[in-house]
Amino acid sequence: MDFGPYLVLAVLEGSVQAAVLALTAVGLSLVFGVMRVVNVAHGEFFMLGAVAAWAIAQSFAGHPAVGFIAALVFAPLLVGLIATGADMVILKRLGYDPENTIVATIGMLYIIQQLTLMTYGPDARPVPPPFNTRLSIPWFEWGDGGLALVWPWGLSTTSYKLAVIAAAAVILVALWLAISRTRAGLIMRATQQDREMAQAFGMPVAWVNALVFGLGAGLAALAAVLIVPIQQAHYLMGEEPLLLSFIVVIIGGLGSLAGTVAAAILIGMSDGIISVFFSPTLAKILSTLLVAMVLVFRPQGLFGHPPR
Amino acid sequence: MAAVNLLATKGLTRTFGGLVAVDRVDFAVPRGQVRALIGPNGAGKTTLVGMLCGRIAATSGAITFDGRDITELPAHRRIAMGMAYTFQVTSIFARLSLRENVALAVRRCGRLDERQVERKVAEALSRVRLTEPADQMAGDLSYGHQRLLEIAMGIAQEPQLLILDEPTQGLADSEIEGFNALIRSMAGATTIVLIEHNMDVVMETADYITVLNFGEILAEGKPQAIRADAAVQAAYLGSA
Amino acid sequence: MSARSRTLALHGAVVAAILALHFILPDYHHGILARTMVLAVYAMAYNVMFGYTGLLSLGHALFFAAGMYGMGLSSIHLGFSPGPAIVCGVAAAFAVSLIVGILALRTSGVALMIVTLMFAQAGWYLVLYFGEYTRGDEGFVIPRAARMLAGFDLADASNRYIAALVLFAFGLVVTLKAVESRFGRVLVAIRENEERARMLGYDVFRYKLGAVVLSGTLSGLAGACYGILFGYVGATFASVQYSILPLLWVLLGGASTVLGPFVGTYFMTYLIDISSAYTTAYMLVAGVVLVVLTLFARQGIMGEVRRRLIPWLP
Ligand SMILES: Nc1ncnc2c1ncn2[C@@H]1O[C@H](COP(=O)(O)OP(=O)(O)O)[C@@H](O)[C@H]1O
Ligand SMILES: [Mg+2]
Repeated sequence: MDFGPYLVLAVLEGSVQAAVLALTAVGLSLVFGVMRVVNVAHGEFFMLGAVAAWAIAQSFAGHPAVGFIAALVFAPLLVGLIATGADMVILKRLGYDPENTIVATIGMLYIIQQLTLMTYGPDARPVPPPFNTRLSIPWFEWGDGGLALVWPWGLSTTSYKLAVIAAAAVILVALWLAISRTRAGLIMRATQQDREMAQAFGMPVAWVNALVFGLGAGLAALAAVLIVPIQQAHYLMGEEPLLLSFIVVIIGGLGSLAGTVAAAILIGMSDGIISVFFSPTLAKILSTLLVAMVLVFRPQGLFGHPPR
Repeated sequence: MAAVNLLATKGLTRTFGGLVAVDRVDFAVPRGQVRALIGPNGAGKTTLVGMLCGRIAATSGAITFDGRDITELPAHRRIAMGMAYTFQVTSIFARLSLRENVALAVRRCGRLDERQVERKVAEALSRVRLTEPADQMAGDLSYGHQRLLEIAMGIAQEPQLLILDEPTQGLADSEIEGFNALIRSMAGATTIVLIEHNMDVVMETADYITVLNFGEILAEGKPQAIRADAAVQAAYLGSA
Repeated sequence: MSARSRTLALHGAVVAAILALHFILPDYHHGILARTMVLAVYAMAYNVMFGYTGLLSLGHALFFAAGMYGMGLSSIHLGFSPGPAIVCGVAAAFAVSLIVGILALRTSGVALMIVTLMFAQAGWYLVLYFGEYTRGDEGFVIPRAARMLAGFDLADASNRYIAALVLFAFGLVVTLKAVESRFGRVLVAIRENEERARMLGYDVFRYKLGAVVLSGTLSGLAGACYGILFGYVGATFASVQYSILPLLWVLLGGASTVLGPFVGTYFMTYLIDISSAYTTAYMLVAGVVLVVLTLFARQGIMGEVRRRLIPWLP
């Protein structure tokens, strides 16, 4: 393939990554923004979403779409519930002390991951996509008779991948509307701005925390359900989205949703593009170092504004 | 020849967002003087001394100490030059013993062996009249005694310039008397900047008074003159 | 008995007891204890930063691995004998911890945890990226011939135990010296009230940097010795798991106690070893212990001992 078609392919693959990453990272960002909790177990909630999707899809006979839609609804709910419980049983009792909560979420990471290994096992398992038409993409080429339309071999995507991108966009817009236009969103933002004040005004801060933790985990699970027809479900699959979400949330500016989405697109796309042309490991070295440098020299993130 | 003023500021300013907490202040303290810094709450006293010792960065202006421009020096270098600072909001090592609290202050200045350190610790504790056992945890002291410990840490550093931010807040009357005596005993040898709300303490200890209001110097003068100053009274009454 | 000789007696007794165990322990326990002693040095190093200075790092595997790879690569590719190879590893860890310290200490709290984590991840990827030399995940074996130190064959279990004990005793002396020195007391002061320490005139950044470099270099020594004693160098030791483990060991054994890291490492090694006989999911134990410790026992084992039995425990 020539360079041009290759790039188109990389952008498409990058967009799918970016879409899923944006959902996952927004979950992490929300939890940090509202609760000031760095949730190291976030990747495991992603993994749980994928495994739950497999289990749910598995239990439905008939057309794959039925099982998939059931998974899309129930897997995030289930994971959100588990996270809410974990918040109430563990994090709340730690008083959300930053260092203790990090250590506790590291513990939760191992507990979730290893329990999955004990029950679900070490295998990677696929979930069939609800639909999956192959779509070829045309390209232009200078031929003898001027510009001509060609269909390079290998330049294609699937309807499902396009649907993932669209679904992520819809979910993010819906989330943004919910946060900016509803009462629940208002309470969340109030808690984010000034937790003591919110408490003083009688807002149910404890419930806000539990629900936000559940919502954050649910978003990660939702992202996982979307990706699992493309990538199989595996008990160690949480590691990569965790790292990437961290990178995205920090580069986007801790706690800023718009910044997080922008950074997810940047990182998801560049990770996709760099990985096509260079080694993915090199891409990871560069992005982890970038994150460290951003935190050291520009803690408000690349897109954030410096504090007053 | 050493300058007459141990400390001098020129146009010292600090803003927080739109608020000008300290506004172009020229403030000079001669060697050996006990200078009281008074003014209503929010006048900018803590911010001003914070800039002197490097806890708060100045927005503009310059500070000279002991004949040297220290505007750009980090806090620890200024302290090493012979400043000591006690916090308005008590700041001690709550989970360390009284002895260790003061020893940390003593050890900073010079190579002393542990015996000498121990002696200086005992001396500082007795000068502020703290009689609790030295291996008691500092956090277990009453609030007033934590203030005394803080003062002990200040004098244990044997500074040229001792900055005290509302040291008598929370002290009992008898302890305030002891404090006054302590300051008088140091006067002459140590230059002292004392932020104080208790006018009796000010009148008893200060050689000279600076009044700060809305970040600006409102008046300066001998205690008697300041007491009689109508503008100063207005500032206090107006803000009460 | 003076405080100093009391401390000396206690730690001397621990070392002597471990030496005595050398002659009576069955092979299995003998092997675990040797391994534990080396890893305990890593935990003690971690404790200098976490327990005494109050700096929580999530990236110590970087220093451990710097020592291990500095030793292993110079041994394999440059043909260094064990002595110089270990020096090489320690020097690598020193350099890495100095650079990481200078950068990471511009941040604090949660940001510091993430910066150290990211540097360590970059280090781990670097090991994988240069797989040609490091053999990546698979790792490489240090041949027996390259493990002869001063006439002792370190592949021999008995020699290995003694070498581990020497290293362990060295680690004890270094941490004891460090925490009882003025330097160590300032570190504690910084942990307790950083602003106060600064306003007493201490250059807080330099002290913290000293703590990071001491901790990182000692971690590197442990890593280098682990590689040479057990004859294997692999990417696992650079992975995030090896950053979490010292945190776990120190929390379990008791942060800011000199013997705590050893006790925590010992218990945890047994716990993981026993549970791995029953399930591949042996890290479950680590997870549960972490959560339970943060919820119910922040002091750890030796912290409790200090609180209830021996108040003078260093
Ligand atoms: N860190 C800060 N951020 C914003 N405003 C501050 C800060 N510190 C002090 N101020 C403001 O600056 C003014 C002076 O405060 P301060 O120096 O503490 O006064 P004083 O010690 O005379 O009571 C006050 O209005 C106070 O609210
Ligand atoms: Mg004040």
